[in-house]
Amino acid sequence: MSHSADAVSHADAHAHHEESFWRKYVFSIDHKVIGIQYAITSLLFLFFGFCLMMLMRWQLAFPYEPIPLIGSLLSESMAPGGIMSPEFYNSLGAMHGTIMVFLGVVPLAVGAFGNFVVPLQIGAPDMAFPKLNMSSYWVYAAGGVVMLASFFAPGGAANSGWTSYPPLSDIATTGQTMWLLGMVLLITSSLLGSVNFIVTIIQLRAPGMTWMRLPFFVWAQLVTAFLLLLAFPPLEAAGVLQLMDRLAGTSFFLPTGLVVSGEALSVSGGGSPLLWQHLFWFLAHPEVYVLILPAMGIVAEIIANNTRRPLFGYRSLVFSTIFLGFMSFIVWAHHMFLTGMGTSISTFFQTTTMIISVPSVVILSALFLSLWGGSIRFTTPMLFALGFLPMFGIGGLTGLPLGLSATDIPLHDTYYVIGHFHYVVAPGTILALFAGIYYWFPKATGRKMNDRLGKLHFWGTITFMNVIFMPMFIQGLAGVSRRLYDGGAQYAHAAPVLEWNVVMSIGAWALAIAQIPFFINFFRSMFKGEKVKDGNTWEATTLEWSAAPSPPIAHGNFETVPSVYRGPYEYSAPGFPQGYAPQNAPEKA
Amino acid sequence: MDIPYTVDARPDTGMYNAKLGIWLFLASEVMLFGALFSSYILLRVAAPEWPRGASILSVPLATLNTMLLISSSVTMVMSWASLKMKKFGAYRVYLGLTLLFGLGFLIVKSFEYGAKFSHHLYPGDSTFMAIYFTLTGLHVLHVLGGMIVNAYLWGPGAKMWKTAPEQFTNRVEVAGLYWHFVDLVWIFLFPVLYLL
Repeated sequence: MSHSADAVSHADAHAHHEESFWRKYVFSIDHKVIGIQYAITSLLFLFFGFCLMMLMRWQLAFPYEPIPLIGSLLSESMAPGGIMSPEFYNSLGAMHGTIMVFLGVVPLAVGAFGNFVVPLQIGAPDMAFPKLNMSSYWVYAAGGVVMLASFFAPGGAANSGWTSYPPLSDIATTGQTMWLLGMVLLITSSLLGSVNFIVTIIQLRAPGMTWMRLPFFVWAQLVTAFLLLLAFPPLEAAGVLQLMDRLAGTSFFLPTGLVVSGEALSVSGGGSPLLWQHLFWFLAHPEVYVLILPAMGIVAEIIANNTRRPLFGYRSLVFSTIFLGFMSFIVWAHHMFLTGMGTSISTFFQTTTMIISVPSVVILSALFLSLWGGSIRFTTPMLFALGFLPMFGIGGLTGLPLGLSATDIPLHDTYYVIGHFHYVVAPGTILALFAGIYYWFPKATGRKMNDRLGKLHFWGTITFMNVIFMPMFIQGLAGVSRRLYDGGAQYAHAAPVLEWNVVMSIGAWALAIAQIPFFINFFRSMFKGEKVKDGNTWEATTLEWSAAPSPPIAHGNFETVPSVYRGPYEYSAPGFPQGYAPQNAPEKA
Repeated sequence: MDIPYTVDARPDTGMYNAKLGIWLFLASEVMLFGALFSSYILLRVAAPEWPRGASILSVPLATLNTMLLISSSVTMVMSWASLKMKKFGAYRVYLGLTLLFGLGFLIVKSFEYGAKFSHHLYPGDSTFMAIYFTLTGLHVLHVLGGMIVNAYLWGPGAKMWKTAPEQFTNRVEVAGLYWHFVDLVWIFLFPVLYLL
């Protein structure tokens, strides 16, 4: 189509869809706008959750010393005399976990990337239910507001850990009730979202887009959506039960004869604190795969694109992901080896845990092997994707001793656990999410992000993340518990590893500085970045690049319905003049 | 480009979008109530003693409610079948009956709750009462939700019959699938709470 004709058809489209500002940018039903709304909101929450942690790291490194600058801004109950109160420390810990997982990483990985990329990659004009899509964003935003507002509740925000174990959480301050209400909203949002994703992927695939031609990212999102759909409701049930305990005086999680502050609690009793743990981890283990699968999907796309060769073992990647999805529902109690479940149940769950590590290793190995023999382009997204591989490897392998009940006993609830799952989520998933931002930024805006700033961002981020998380293994192996207000200063066994607290805290603050190039790059590139000439910046084969302009057409994405002729990663295709075969290119160009 | 398969079924899956969507939603509902029923089982096995439901709750009223909900499921199917046969008048009658049966269920339920409160039986009294109020309360919320949708389809939403009859019929089918699920949950709740 010639340029002038293009312009005319665009003008036509605009004349037909004259949309108000609110309809276009705020209450939009276009999956691309909703994806960007999710991206910006969740990035803000990631930053906020990170700020909470930077505050905590002051107390851990320099316990009982007034917090400089910020200390005087905090209220009297949070930090009397600028010194962080233990209650506020607990709130920060609980809310850091909650915000990072439920308001930061998952909405970015699923809500933002899933929403923006999946319909484009399968050749669909939008999600299957656009209005549902909009409401899932707004319910998520409402959940976020409730969580933020809880900081101003009497007694502060929730302070019983992100796991909210009863009986402690049952008798905690009002912030816990708000946490539960916030979670109910977030669960509702993810329920609406996951139904939408599954229907979109099953029903709206373009002609020729068979199951084995789906980009791996779409497979990862499909399995993730099933996990969200089926694993979240039990936590919603648990949330309802805990709300009943707190508001209607029931004792679902309160055992008989519970004594609080020297007085017997006047409740009927007969409940079980373990019941909460089972319901919570029934969600929260699959949640780990919700955090990691979309990241693996992003990395797979970027690796195939930048090695200019097909992914190694596409089918084994797909089947491993499906198997991982199934297995993730029967490993949850490996978080509970110390609760006295009994050895036979522990044996069952440690066996399933060892089995689930097999598909994870298959996926990681296939991604590593995809590098072999490729002519690698070291673009910014590729650097982040390459950084993901060893970092996720460390995170995964350090998890094995936690999955075996005998070795878990000394490591349970120590900093070793914190080190393990942060390696999975922070240098793992978050690096992959950054990779995704650099990779799809030109698709969303029509402009590329700056490479030099991107590389600066990469090296700073990966360096300081390791400075923060590697010493956690050292402290954890020395037996330092994860929930100490003073970072272990009062324990003799922590003394030899205590100086690492200062190192980790400086690492955390340096990590914040390392994000400055990203902030500058993100906003500057939006307006001043190098313009994308034709739509396909990265010479990619998948539909979002090869069939749609950058940015894609509002409400509809494609000029015409694309037809798909081949698999997603035919990068070394003889007979095609550019050397690669887009999915929508007919037999010979 | 318009979104495909909003009304017609996709040939290889045999479903239109909303039908697949409601089945997925019901799958998540199964997990929600499944978790609650599992909690019930765990709490009951761990309890030193557990009252027989019939000694506290009214089995005759619950039987009446069971009949009401089962009848409402039948009329729900009939309303959809009427639309399929292009009988809009019959549809209105059957869906109206469904609404009345649902309303009857809620009235009986409110008498039951009222009786418990007048005997000073509250959720905090025992694990049994806690489970009873939580499970039936959540179920009542589901009944209410279904009735709001049905009332919309009976009243203002029915205008769609003139403009897009096929899509309207689909909507009634989807609402019906949800309504049957709500009925099914009660079929489990009745024996678990009142009879066992």
